Amino acid sequence: MSTQVTEKSDEKEEAESTEQSPGERRREEKAKRQQEKEAETPELIDEADETVELKIFRFDPEVPDKEEPRFDSFTVPYFEGMTVLDGLIYSRDNYDSSLTFRHSCRQAVCGSDALLINGTQRLACKTQMVDLEWPIRVEPLPHQDVVKDLVVDMEHFYEQMNAVEPYFDPDELPEEDREEQKQRPENREKIKLSTRCIWCGACMSSCNVAAGDNEYLGPAAINKAYRFAMDEREGGDKKEDRLRILEQEHGVWRCQTQFSCTEVCPKDIPLTEHIQELKREAVKSNLKFW
Amino acid sequence: MQEHDVIVVGAGGAGLRAAIEAHEHGADVALVTKLHPVRSHTGAAEGGINAALHSEDSWDLHAYDTMKGSDYLGDAPAVDAFAQEAPDEVIQLEHWGMPFSREDDGTVSQRPFGGLSHPRTTYAGAETGHHLLHTMYEQVVKRGIEVYDEWYVTNLAVTDEANPEERACHGAVAYEIATGEVEGFYGHDGVILATGGLGQAFDHTTNAIANTGDGQAMAFRAGSPMEDMEFVQFHPTTLPSTGVLISEGVRGEGGILYNEAEERFMFEHGYANNDGELASRDVVSRAELTQINEGRGIEDEYVHLDMRHLGEDRILNRLENILHLAEDFEGVDGLDKPMPVKPGQHYQMGGIEVDEYGQACIDGLYAVGECACYSLHGANRLGGNALPELMVFGARAGRHAAGEVDEKAKVKTGPSAKSEDGSIGSPVDLGGVSESEAVATDGGALATPQDVLEAAVEAERDRVETLIERDGINHADVREKVQLTMTENVNVFREEENLKQALRDIREAREMYQNVAVRDPSRTYNTDLIHTIETRNILDCAEAITAGALAREEFRGAHWRKQHQERKDDEWLKHTMYAWNNGNPDLYYKPVILEGDEETYEPKERSY
Repeated sequence: MSTQVTEKSDEKEEAESTEQSPGERRREEKAKRQQEKEAETPELIDEADETVELKIFRFDPEVPDKEEPRFDSFTVPYFEGMTVLDGLIYSRDNYDSSLTFRHSCRQAVCGSDALLINGTQRLACKTQMVDLEWPIRVEPLPHQDVVKDLVVDMEHFYEQMNAVEPYFDPDELPEEDREEQKQRPENREKIKLSTRCIWCGACMSSCNVAAGDNEYLGPAAINKAYRFAMDEREGGDKKEDRLRILEQEHGVWRCQTQFSCTEVCPKDIPLTEHIQELKREAVKSNLKFW
Repeated sequence: MQEHDVIVVGAGGAGLRAAIEAHEHGADVALVTKLHPVRSHTGAAEGGINAALHSEDSWDLHAYDTMKGSDYLGDAPAVDAFAQEAPDEVIQLEHWGMPFSREDDGTVSQRPFGGLSHPRTTYAGAETGHHLLHTMYEQVVKRGIEVYDEWYVTNLAVTDEANPEERACHGAVAYEIATGEVEGFYGHDGVILATGGLGQAFDHTTNAIANTGDGQAMAFRAGSPMEDMEFVQFHPTTLPSTGVLISEGVRGEGGILYNEAEERFMFEHGYANNDGELASRDVVSRAELTQINEGRGIEDEYVHLDMRHLGEDRILNRLENILHLAEDFEGVDGLDKPMPVKPGQHYQMGGIEVDEYGQACIDGLYAVGECACYSLHGANRLGGNALPELMVFGARAGRHAAGEVDEKAKVKTGPSAKSEDGSIGSPVDLGGVSESEAVATDGGALATPQDVLEAAVEAERDRVETLIERDGINHADVREKVQLTMTENVNVFREEENLKQALRDIREAREMYQNVAVRDPSRTYNTDLIHTIETRNILDCAEAITAGALAREEFRGAHWRKQHQERKDDEWLKHTMYAWNNGNPDLYYKPVILEGDEETYEPKERSY
């Protein structure tokens, strides 16, 4: 990594030496200092029994030495219980503060840190390093545009979620003040798993169909629709509306039951089953009108 | 420049609720969040939402429990409004489709929780916050409320009159994380801060990486004091290695705490002879740490929380998420073994001083949710009271900002509410290190609100450029220094010398921060820059907590002092106020309001 930075910087200096602004010069100097810092041994590494190597995808469209995607290796001390997210944070805080990835709750509920880890979509925070082969390869989620390093553009994922009218829409509400709608515990149980989705995007990224058909709603959005379609508190008419959205050309019928989404879902939602069930519901609902 | 009626900063539960309510009353609302709404840390709340729903329960019992839980440091107007409106908010959530856990007859279930006289905690499994967050975000989508996600608000646009009560907030300045663009958000009718907690001031916390006290620090530097910051809740059941939360719901359902000798110490050592494990959180945290400090902890570090006797069915039905958390983050199967737990920083009772409509002393500035102090939780928050709080006060502030409230607030804010001066006895200087830190903005002399905002935008552009252009140390070194000293010295048990040491360390960290720099030169998704700005906010919050803790020489709620082992109502029944005062912080006090709607709350001995 370090040689790459130096070469690129030198080339640039020769070509544009007369036009170089003070800001550019400073940035180059900073890059050099950073290399020097990286050469130092960071804390903890001597205390650990073992070290693990992380090979991390790097890309930044506006930083000269990162315009071409590459992998950087970081050596991280390994302690029992360490997750891939811990390793990323360690690498950032001790080697390269420009290493960029989304993360927040570190307990598998915010859904920020779905990544491609050793070739599989996983949440970095709930993936134990000990469960993986070393060195560990960390890449951004495939089939989405990379913004920088491990950060992908989630906009398309959010658009697909929004396309299924992802909000509760009951026919009528109880008339009494402070009266809840009744829901049978069995019905709550029925939708329980579908409500666990944390919008991490792992499923969509793993799906071959979504990769080939950009308009395919995808497993997360269909699961969101399932959550409402199966909720007995919404009325039958609304369910018909929901099934119509799901039946469109890029809806449930696109699913080829490859189960990749179900396999990678960090919340163990049976996504493929939900999609299959909605296909059956759609057929039943169409038969009604024949 | 973006222009809206109301700018809501932060899109967790409080921000979403405020945005929906303001929108319902006709306001054009912008939700500005440094994450995406569904990434907010409300989603990590597990246990539940307290509300007096059933006929045998009543709001005044809930209010009484809350006041007792607060150790009589709550303000009655906030406590009463909260308990009265919480049931409406729970029903509202249900009508928005929230998947609550249910009884056989289809009604919403309620379970017992710590410090409650009645089982009034509604819940959705052990992932109540996740469902609340998603349910409200769905309603935001339904209404088409504009969301600016991954826009980090770095400062407020506030005028600079000498008296903060004469200042006005006209908007906020935000940095678009994807592009590096700095832009002004003009709010005609105000700015509602809903930025959440500040757990990143501590080393061992249940909070997210993003909980860095941004709103508290921004409002503070703009002139709005922080209130009761010394009151920090340490949750008794967090996983030792990561700080991940194990819900109070486990104890609510019957989970038991054991020490190394397998004694049920909450009873056997007399910490809470009536309520045992379901005593208030501060009581249980102190009991655990006492056991550990006296050598009865397991591996000298933690105690055991056992739920195996509840049976697999009940655990799977009501606490399944806990099994996943214990397995994924501690490697323990809760069906097979007791779970290791220890206290961890969890919630900030104090915050931006606001009244019972969420208004700060600065005109047009509001705060709701964990970043605010109304004050509702006083010296200790009850489990299950945070989610209804963010609903009730989010709605109240949203309504007020949309111009729908005529009543005058009973809780007073700003320097005019001061009843007495305080002294800290700090061994070091506090507040700003350099002149440049003195004032938030310099818009006071400028003609229009837009000018004030423009000046604030320019100041933030300069700040970003300076941080990126200059050379210096990494923010992570500063942040780590603060986190370590806070967990070491400003924890559950507090001693004068330790608190002074923390103030020295924070001062050193402030001086280090003068030389902090961002190494990443990129304008694209520069998280190095974001974390650097956040670290500045952590410094202000950590100092306010520690200063308040050193000044308050008594034991009340979550605040325990070694040399002052009693609650001293004659002297200390008052709120700690910490004002930035242009970089020379001023600590003073204001009275507690105990006169409620129906009765005056009488401070009683607090036992469980």
